[in-house]
Amino acid sequence: MSTESNEPREPREPDTTPADGAAAPETDAPEPGTTGSPAASTAPTASTAGDPPATGAERTDSPLTKARMSKGDKIDRLAQLTARRETSSGDSLWVAAFRRLRSSKMAIIGAVIIGVFVVLAIIGPWIAPYSPTAQSWRGEVFSNRGIFVGPRAENWLGLDNLGRDELSRLLVGARQTLLVGIVATLIGFVVGALIGGVSGAALALGGRVGQRIDAVVMRFIDMMLALPSLLLAVSIAAVMGQSLTTVMIAVGVVQIPIFARLLRGSMLAQANADYVLAARSLGVKRRRIVLAHVLPNSLGPVIVQTTLVLATAIIEAAALSFLGLGNLDAAQPEWGVMLAQSQRFFDQAPMLAVYPALGIIITALGFTLLGEAMREALDPKLRS
Amino acid sequence: MSLLELSDVKVHFPVRKGILFDRVVGHVQAVDGISLSVEAGQTYGLVGESGCGKTTLGRAILRLVDITDGEVVFDGTDLAQLPEEEMRRSRRRLQMVFQDPLGSLNPRQNIESILAEGMDAHGIGDTREERRERILKVLDRVGLPDHALGRYPHEFSGGQRQRIGIARALVLEPDVIICDEPVSALDVSIQAQVINLLEELQEQLGLTYVVIAHDLAVVRHISDVIGVMYLGSLVEEAPSDDLYASPRHPYTKALMSAVPVPDPEVEDTRERILLTGDLPSPSNPPAGCRFHTRCPWRQPTRCDTERPGLTDIGGGHKVACHFVNEIASGELAPTSALAPDMLGDSESPVDDPGGDSAGDSGEGEDAASGPASGAPGSGGKAAGTNA
Ligand SMILES: Nc1ncnc2c1ncn2[C@@H]1O[C@H](COP(=O)(O)OP(=O)(O)OP(=O)(O)O)[C@@H](O)[C@H]1O
Ligand code: SF4
Ligand SMILES: [Mg+2]
Repeated sequence: MSTESNEPREPREPDTTPADGAAAPETDAPEPGTTGSPAASTAPTASTAGDPPATGAERTDSPLTKARMSKGDKIDRLAQLTARRETSSGDSLWVAAFRRLRSSKMAIIGAVIIGVFVVLAIIGPWIAPYSPTAQSWRGEVFSNRGIFVGPRAENWLGLDNLGRDELSRLLVGARQTLLVGIVATLIGFVVGALIGGVSGAALALGGRVGQRIDAVVMRFIDMMLALPSLLLAVSIAAVMGQSLTTVMIAVGVVQIPIFARLLRGSMLAQANADYVLAARSLGVKRRRIVLAHVLPNSLGPVIVQTTLVLATAIIEAAALSFLGLGNLDAAQPEWGVMLAQSQRFFDQAPMLAVYPALGIIITALGFTLLGEAMREALDPKLRS
Repeated sequence: MSLLELSDVKVHFPVRKGILFDRVVGHVQAVDGISLSVEAGQTYGLVGESGCGKTTLGRAILRLVDITDGEVVFDGTDLAQLPEEEMRRSRRRLQMVFQDPLGSLNPRQNIESILAEGMDAHGIGDTREERRERILKVLDRVGLPDHALGRYPHEFSGGQRQRIGIARALVLEPDVIICDEPVSALDVSIQAQVINLLEELQEQLGLTYVVIAHDLAVVRHISDVIGVMYLGSLVEEAPSDDLYASPRHPYTKALMSAVPVPDPEVEDTRERILLTGDLPSPSNPPAGCRFHTRCPWRQPTRCDTERPGLTDIGGGHKVACHFVNEIASGELAPTSALAPDMLGDSESPVDDPGGDSAGDSGEGEDAASGPASGAPGSGGKAAGTNA
């Protein structure tokens, strides 16, 4: 594969017909990896191209990364496409995207689910009818004999295996689950964006040394990306021991390469934009170019990804808890842990597993719906 | 000594390939040995078809691309050798106006911030008020209202955006402005306004311009000297009037013949040359005269093996062709092998639908904006003359 595949400027194609030119803005680049695409050279940023630092070390096509190439490619593609449209229409892009978002059922459903979840997570402890930890009905539940208490007037969702009010535990647990999701996503976002940002900045504006730095960093990132995420998370959790912090870190680390690659790709697309070249020709210092021009215009796809990662993080955190790597401290009910603990009684009281599982699924669905809708709103071409 | 002197400037972009390690497998010779000089207060026009390296040359002057070889001497210093930080500081005196007015403005910056950025970078103006005053003066010069300050680029029309781009360059009070196809993205009606503005500014401020265009009509009016580029090098350079009155290089002749003449009588009888074949790839340029693959006057062996240098044929008119005298005297006729057809009188070269086939799609759009901007010399049809 060509190493300059991400250059918007392609060597000229002699047999390009004028018709191609007319259709180009809509067809857009079919794949950032394909060279000689006539469409790529008509994209709004095309005339900006020529930035030699960006030419090299673009595609790190080692056998190791091959396995996950499609994932990496997809990330890069999202980064590029969204970034490119952004330069062309300025702030109106965001306005248009928001309008599309507003009229999307997916986005509305997602937003409503997330809204309910967040509200519950915040006010849960106050509206919970009972203490989530007090074993007030200890005498009525005998899990070893298979005696459980289902929904009834005082406990709407019944009692858990230790005689605690299930509804109260769910309500309070929402906060923990949200916390795990947010902290894990934040870890992934901050570290990933830092790595991707440095790498992108180095590649885009750091000359030959920058290219080397970027190549090394990206090969490492691609290696991380090649590992199955759950395996990586489990290994981290196994090393760090059992706790909620472990889960957050393990889930967060898994997201690092995704954020890194996404931001880098997005920055690269922006670094080739004409206005960056214009800033350089004005004599603006490199640091300011990166911080004031490239970075702010590269964040769109990263923000979309954040929403999607929240969903993954919640599910992965639940999975780790389920595997017994989460916090078993009963004082802090958390949906993943609740799910894990209820599996022992699944035969006698399946609903104890169903409630937290449903909570996790619906919440994750909410974030996914909103994230996908945002992605579509930013780039309708990714719909297929 | 001229204000800006380029000698044997080369810009080669490495083409890399490789699975594990990047290997340089070749070079795109975008600019391959260009020497020219621009006098203070004058305008140097640079023309050539798409992909011949005009933009790259313009960027090389500001060192926005790495210069592979050669010297860019500006006011006595070789910019190619300057350390990074000094180069950055010298950019105050060398500014650029871009082809895509919208794309060259950060969508998230308002006009004041766009115009203040350069001053900021060069420490011009101590206070915000001082800067604003200067910005307002420049806005007035380029014909934009004061209330533009707080607006964003997408709120302006194409012509206004280009005025913003010009203002951004002007606010630094540069000596040289490189205009890379400053009007080719604009409507024909607005093109003239922007060109006139550039001319006015030159008169008022004594600016020196390098104006890049693929359209001869655009550079004709404002250029003192015009250089014609083909595949990374200059094939002809002459004072503007001289070049139009008597183009000498076969490529220039072909470019000229693509521009329609307003007088119908002349239009009907003038010589027309359309070029065969495609522009060769700059990563593998032809040996000998770069133009020999498409030249209707090509002569055996010498044209294929020996690269002609740019030589002065008198009066500052420079041509890079072995047979310039023989062609001028009519001693050599265009070879029929490359020019099989004679074009009919009624067929105008700019109406030729194949005229854009070698250009990229961006040029296709340009061609639609005006008859005079038809892709010069990129015709896919026959070459021939029509006496
Ligand atoms: N950064 C780059 N890396 C590799 N090749 C490049 C780069 N920038 C330009 N080129 C190649 O160099 C050649 C000259 O490009 P350039 O943009 O200078 O042409 P141009 O004369 O300005 O054309 P146009 O009229 O289309 O703007 C082209 O073949 C182009 O593909
Ligand atoms: S040197 Fe030969 S091929 Fe080149 S322009 Fe002159 S006649 Fe044509
Ligand atoms: Mg150009």
